[in-house]
Amino acid sequence: MQLKSGARPIRSCVFLIVGLFLAVTPLLADSRFVSSNTFLPETTPARDIYYLALFALTITGCLFVVVGSLIFYAAFKYRARKGDPENEPAQVYGSAQVELAWTIIPVIIIVVLFLTTARIIYAIQNAPVPSSALKVTVIGHQFWWEFRYPELGIVTANEMHVPLSTSEQPDPTFLRLLSADVDHSFWVPELGGKTDLIPNHPNEMWMDPQKAGVYYGQCAQFCGLEHSKMLIRVYVDTPAQWAAWVHDQKQPAVDDPKVAAGRQIFETQACVSCHAVKGTSAKGTYGPDLTHLMSRATIAAGAADNTPANLFAWIKDPQTFKPGANMPAMQLSDQQIEDVVAYLTTLH
Amino acid sequence: MADQTFPVPGPLETERTGGNAAFLEWMHSWIVTVDHKKLGILYIAYALLFMVVGGAEILVVRIQLALPWSGIVSPGVYNQLFTMHGTTMVFLMGMPILFGMGNYLVPLMIGARDMAFPRLNALSFWLTAFGGFMLYFSYIGGFGLYGMGNAPDVGWFAYAPLTSLKISPGHNTDYWALSLIVAGFGTLGTAINIVATVISMRCKGMTLTRMPLFVWLMFITSALTLVTITPLTAAQIMLEIDRYLGGHFFDAAAGGAPLLWIHLFWIFGHPEVYVLVLPAFGVANEVIPVFSRKAIFGYSAMVMASVGIGFVSLSVWAHHMFTVGMSAFSNSFFVLSTEVVGIFTGIKIFNWIATMWGGRIQFRVPMLFCTAFLFQMLIAGLTGIMLSVAPWDWQLHNSYFLIAHFHYVLLGAIVTCVFAAFYYWYPKAIGRMMSERLGKWHFWLFLLGFHMTFDIMHIVGLDGMPRSIYTYPADRGWLWMNVIITIGAFIQAIAVLIFVWNLIWSARHGEIAGNDPWDAWTLEWASPSPPPAYNFAIEPVVRSRRPLWDIKHPNDPDWKYEP
Repeated sequence: MQLKSGARPIRSCVFLIVGLFLAVTPLLADSRFVSSNTFLPETTPARDIYYLALFALTITGCLFVVVGSLIFYAAFKYRARKGDPENEPAQVYGSAQVELAWTIIPVIIIVVLFLTTARIIYAIQNAPVPSSALKVTVIGHQFWWEFRYPELGIVTANEMHVPLSTSEQPDPTFLRLLSADVDHSFWVPELGGKTDLIPNHPNEMWMDPQKAGVYYGQCAQFCGLEHSKMLIRVYVDTPAQWAAWVHDQKQPAVDDPKVAAGRQIFETQACVSCHAVKGTSAKGTYGPDLTHLMSRATIAAGAADNTPANLFAWIKDPQTFKPGANMPAMQLSDQQIEDVVAYLTTLH
Repeated sequence: MADQTFPVPGPLETERTGGNAAFLEWMHSWIVTVDHKKLGILYIAYALLFMVVGGAEILVVRIQLALPWSGIVSPGVYNQLFTMHGTTMVFLMGMPILFGMGNYLVPLMIGARDMAFPRLNALSFWLTAFGGFMLYFSYIGGFGLYGMGNAPDVGWFAYAPLTSLKISPGHNTDYWALSLIVAGFGTLGTAINIVATVISMRCKGMTLTRMPLFVWLMFITSALTLVTITPLTAAQIMLEIDRYLGGHFFDAAAGGAPLLWIHLFWIFGHPEVYVLVLPAFGVANEVIPVFSRKAIFGYSAMVMASVGIGFVSLSVWAHHMFTVGMSAFSNSFFVLSTEVVGIFTGIKIFNWIATMWGGRIQFRVPMLFCTAFLFQMLIAGLTGIMLSVAPWDWQLHNSYFLIAHFHYVLLGAIVTCVFAAFYYWYPKAIGRMMSERLGKWHFWLFLLGFHMTFDIMHIVGLDGMPRSIYTYPADRGWLWMNVIITIGAFIQAIAVLIFVWNLIWSARHGEIAGNDPWDAWTLEWASPSPPPAYNFAIEPVVRSRRPLWDIKHPNDPDWKYEP
């Protein structure tokens, strides 16, 4: 009987905390906004983290309620009042038993939390790589992302496509994370935790997204002037979308004679020393691959929508969208820029 | 009363009159002083200056972040502002203000006439001060003589290879490294001095187990400082070798290891947090008992927990590095070591509550701050436990949740205790009480602003907002939270201005304090306010942890009960 009444406040405490928490989550997932909420997991690792987080939150929440109430109770109950006796209160110097109690209880809590945590660490980090898994090499640059699919021969930037993974047909993606210059960190909260991209220190992470759609994230390690505009989009494609995307990306660049003027400018200016267009003389690797530029929704690592007007402004002066970007203004005339934009907009 | 028991010398310096000459003499006396009290005040004044400067920097940052895609400052200026804010608050505000308090109080509390090495003490202060001013000179000299001034913009953690000469040309990164090396030598000098003072200058009867807990914590902090500043200085020298002498420590292109910098920085950086927080705990250890009118509960447990924190803090650095790609075993090890610190901190919080339990708590301003400290330290500790859960840290790391957590520690715990210390010891140092009315305005406004800012920061971090970004997309729904955070920051700024005004106003108009305004129990309250040069005319003799309690309660002295 006594046990039961003792357990009730603890249980209602847990309910209260988890309930409060679940009440706040939809607030953050407002439909007017795109979300990058750490509590809306869509992959196995992200979901493991989410449940572990709820567990840790429940423990710390209970500790908060108990110890916080003790602080308030002590401060309120033992405050000095008018009419207190003149002499000092009884002096208590300590108690070994009490000290022992409030050492051992936290030790037990920590042991439980540690073992749970270690289990999840091993489950996520040491997950076996199935031979069928898609492998993507992610390379961080100041200030954009390069995605290479070595098995498919695809190179793209800033917007990564991965296949949907279902329980009937698991299709996980394993990322190999490299850096071309400084430290970066790959973070798309709904697809999992972040992992750093450190020069000379290749890292790995994996995801098996179970809901098709677009996921948003960004660089999470300060990497210089334009760290803020180093956004990531991950498209999780249904099998049909995925097959179509792979097919399109494998095509050589469109060669449209109507935009020969623009192509000529592009290939005779310094553009080609940084950018590549497959099947042409443009073979630079310092900037994003432009072979299928128009298949992407944004330019400049998500700093602006991919529209002809934005492309024009971007080429005229990259610093407008992204002060600090490494692409220089090429000092072309407006007519020349228009030609180049016309050429670029054919690169589907 | 008390001063009759512990005789103190009269003023040594004879007052001289006469306009300009007197002023110059006064200036001269402060510049050449080797008196631990004057140096302590210099440290604190210097730190307060940088508190205002570092605070102003972050207000600009907060204005910039209030709205998405805003362009109040350019990314370059923004990066300089947050780099300077972090560096200033840790190295030019946090450490000097705490070491300044240690400098002022440790000799008084252990009944010594000065620090062990008074001249080293002066050298240390001026090195620290020179380092700070050198850092700020970078605004003028960052690009040498051939361009615009430029402050460091690589973050206060300055991860390599962002700091390489190729990626960060100009001299601003050099100013960051060199000025901190200089300030670091100053800090090391003070740390050596405090360790030596505590070991060798204690008055008769002041055994290690009778030392006030503030002295214990300054002692542990100083010992920890000796271990932690060194790797930072070494890393910064390696960085300069890379930049100018053709070294390849962090140069990835030549096979160097940028990861090494992260290790070296956090081997310094994590114990550094405890270097800052332990003196703050020390303040709480003095203030909470006096205002609860009870002896500290579990003195020896407090000492053991503090020593425990000191040792374990040396083995937790890689919990800043769960995302750099360590093995599952290493990750698990640092989860465990980090959570062990939580146990020790828990013991301390329980002991403080037990000290309040059964007391008659007088909620004067210092105690208000210490109660807020207890509550905020509890939250900071619990969010620390959350961050120690490595897989969850993969989500939380470098998000605003992390920023909220460490500002809860630095501001909610450390600075809150520093404010308590000001209200508590100002009467001793200046001889006048600080205004209680202004103090309460300061307290409540600061509390309100603090919670508006940092409580909301946890949520925006959970919603995926990373740190160090100068702007963010409008479609993420972070707007309303950032507006509240910014308003809270300004409320805190107003509170700090009230505090600074209180410091100035009370120096002239405050109530005369007398020797012992709080009816306290440690030795510093036995000397006049302000204490004269050389503190005590004859060496005091103590028989317990609370010598003034013994004098005030001759029938019921502590030494009857203490083991």
